[in-house]
Amino acid sequence: MAGLTTLSDDALLDRLQRGAFAYFEDYTSADNGLVADTSRPGSPCSIAVVGFALSCYPVAVHRGWLSRDVAAARTLKALRFFSDSEQTEEADATGFKGFYYHFLDMHTGRRVWQCELSLIDTALLVAGIVTAGCYFDGDGIEPHIRALSESLYRRIDWSWALNGGKTLAQGWKPGCGFLHYGWEGYNEATILYILGVASPTFPLPSESFAGWTFTYQWENLLGQNLLYSGPLFTHLFSHAWIDFRSIRDQFMREKNADYFENTKKAVAVQRDYCARNPHRFEAYDRNLWGITAGDGPNNQDMRKKSRDRRCYGYMSRGVPYGPDDGTIAPWAMLASLPFNPDAALQGIRCLLEQYPQVCSNDRLSSGFNPSLVEDGRAWLSTGWYGLDQGLLVMMIENHRTGFLWDITRGSDIFRTGLRRAGFEGGWL
Amino acid sequence: MTTPGETDDLEQREFLRRVRPPNWTNPTPKRLYDLVVLGGGPAGLAAAEAAARTGLQVALIERNLLGGNSLNVGSVPSKAIIRSGRVIEVVRRDSEKFGARTEVGSTADMSRVMTRMRRIRARIGEFHSIDRLVAQGIDIFFCTARFVGRQAILAGDARLSFDKAIVATGARPKTCDIPGLDQVGFLTSSTIFDIVGMPTRLAIIGGGPLGCELAQAFCRLGSQVTILQNDPKFLPHEERDAAELLSLSLSRDGVETRLNTTVVGARTENGEKIVDTVNNGVKCSFAADEIMLSVGRVPNVAELNLSAAEIEFDPDRGVLVDDFLRTTNTLVYAAGDVCMAHKFTNVAEATGRMAALNAFGARRRRQSHLLIPRCTYCDPEIAHIGMHVWEARERSIPVKSFTIMMQDVDRAITDGQDDGFVKIHIRDGTDEILGATIVAARASEMINEMSVLMSAGIGMRKLASILHTYPAQSDAIRLAAAAYMRDQGASTW
Repeated sequence: MAGLTTLSDDALLDRLQRGAFAYFEDYTSADNGLVADTSRPGSPCSIAVVGFALSCYPVAVHRGWLSRDVAAARTLKALRFFSDSEQTEEADATGFKGFYYHFLDMHTGRRVWQCELSLIDTALLVAGIVTAGCYFDGDGIEPHIRALSESLYRRIDWSWALNGGKTLAQGWKPGCGFLHYGWEGYNEATILYILGVASPTFPLPSESFAGWTFTYQWENLLGQNLLYSGPLFTHLFSHAWIDFRSIRDQFMREKNADYFENTKKAVAVQRDYCARNPHRFEAYDRNLWGITAGDGPNNQDMRKKSRDRRCYGYMSRGVPYGPDDGTIAPWAMLASLPFNPDAALQGIRCLLEQYPQVCSNDRLSSGFNPSLVEDGRAWLSTGWYGLDQGLLVMMIENHRTGFLWDITRGSDIFRTGLRRAGFEGGWL
Repeated sequence: MTTPGETDDLEQREFLRRVRPPNWTNPTPKRLYDLVVLGGGPAGLAAAEAAARTGLQVALIERNLLGGNSLNVGSVPSKAIIRSGRVIEVVRRDSEKFGARTEVGSTADMSRVMTRMRRIRARIGEFHSIDRLVAQGIDIFFCTARFVGRQAILAGDARLSFDKAIVATGARPKTCDIPGLDQVGFLTSSTIFDIVGMPTRLAIIGGGPLGCELAQAFCRLGSQVTILQNDPKFLPHEERDAAELLSLSLSRDGVETRLNTTVVGARTENGEKIVDTVNNGVKCSFAADEIMLSVGRVPNVAELNLSAAEIEFDPDRGVLVDDFLRTTNTLVYAAGDVCMAHKFTNVAEATGRMAALNAFGARRRRQSHLLIPRCTYCDPEIAHIGMHVWEARERSIPVKSFTIMMQDVDRAITDGQDDGFVKIHIRDGTDEILGATIVAARASEMINEMSVLMSAGIGMRKLASILHTYPAQSDAIRLAAAAYMRDQGASTW
């Protein structure tokens, strides 16, 4: 995208934030408010992407991209869809027990791909629903948004999702029940537990959060003391909604740290790892990093090019333990803006200068692998993913104004959840 | 001049001469033995030899071959085959990287791989051969054994009276009730080393350490291997990062791993073995030439008539022992796989010696004090000692891990073996080492340094000042201590 790198920092952020938000204008169903997982033809809706969209509409109003009435109408349409959708054990329902299936048909809103009833994706959706309920505090149709936001949140049976255990499973499927695997080690699930313990109807017990934190590992790794998790997005997702600066749970009090500072260190590990570049991948550098979950080349791509290396397709990549196949997520550096603005801006400028093809329509692609070149072109993910665009809109805004953090600071649900999970201090 | 096949027969005869001579005649029992040991595996041999060295009258009863699972169908043959797999993998995949010119498409010759394994087994069998045991004055009985009283055993037809006894009968591969599997036929860790040809498609039911080791080895030797594991996590008892690293390594080699997958049946169709599975409610069937069952091991207790000696046992946990390895019959001890949760050769040997010393010695030793290093011998190897992080946290012990990536260790880079890490867990706020996990090409060797450090009570501060050879992969351990010192704001010296 010619010209982007010549812009001032502010102008560059304007363009990229606006471009990212435009994803929701281009790939949202006007009928039901559902948003496509990706821009690719036939893509189903991802409920998590809807959660990001609902959180981005207030940003769009704030930035003057949408009128408040239009944003409210879009929000209400999505909330009405979820409120009216089928919540049963049927295999093609939209959800069950207040949770929703990970992927839904864009038109009918029913389950597709035999996917799981997803706890984390429901949490990301509900984070958006709660954000909308807090932001739209006016008259007109806005009271309906508030009422639906509350009822959708209240009907989620978080305690059911414990399946009799102390911590949450990752999901459930009709006919075979809860998925066996749970959440182990630090990851993006913080927001899931915080929303779960805050419920006035079917809450998770406060101890469930502590039960999860028992699986944490505090490590000295590449010179940083941090709560480890490999993929960068795991250090970002919960932070899109929650301002973790100076608030601490029991674990962070023991370590004299906080989750915000921890993400700073995760960024430092990413940069250090890419500077060391142990696998000698193309372009990796202290100023070119961002290894996380996202699209990437698959083995078929590799075989075509006769390279002795394994690639992972759409995968959660991480550092320093891997997996790492030379794929970086072009959006990931910029999404780290609140934690290390200099590194994020330097990184995105470096990327756009060297590889301008990673950005089209002012939108950053999901994955890019400059080590895998065919006909002079490095492998590039086709189109865009909604999760990436939503996270970018939110993180750029949080960096610039703290706008979303201000909204959720005023939310009883977020405050209650944080307190019940043992957080205290700072703004809390 | 002998042919390779004849050489192999000679090796096999020599091996049997060492571990179970075909013309063996059991000795005439003495009137009273100080110690009778049931089982001639690592635990039984260690117990018998420890007692014999102190001048005691010892009898040892073995129903099969001396050396037990470890020598015959366990650690020794599996490591020999794993080594062949590693060499072939390097030749096939990495030779160009190292600058060698080799034929494209190098493949394994299974009969030579198995011959090498049998030669190695015969050579190691010498270390505890019947000749050596007899030379130590131990009476060897090759027969079955069953208790007939609190201080008497029937060894074959011969009644042996004893002052003390040690049950060390080991464990055997566990089986499970998969409909049709018995009819289709399957291998276990006890029988897979007898196969003649390489199975083109090998399905391994169970994703434990042994299953993973053999899966990778057979894959490297040319089989298409699929692991079918009921558990949703790969190697669920290992640290997440270690298990994920190995999972990637197996996947890179070509092993297909199907987690969260239950085998619901096996059948034969058009002469092929078919395995039926269910994953998250989705049914699937696929063909295999051989099926190996690797779902754990169960103690050998059933035929010992333990109740006659008032020895309590549990079919799954084995002989019940106290911290001193004493059974409910205070004159009888147990050791090794038949009573220990950790079914490893090093634990069997240690508890075998401990049982003998506790039975006769003045100072008694506790099995709970054993510090047990263990290893899964995949590539890279995963080794662990002491506490896991989650164990420390469950006990409210503040814990911090110091990690060195092998990709930052000079010797690992020069060796082209830079997958993995050294992670040392310490009590946060001190330099006390609580445990360590090592994933590296030679983690099985490196973990022994951690064993020495922990046994000697050496902390990170002292470790940081201990010189290691340079370059060495084990230098990663010192580098972890150097990171600790930097974190403390202190210099290494």
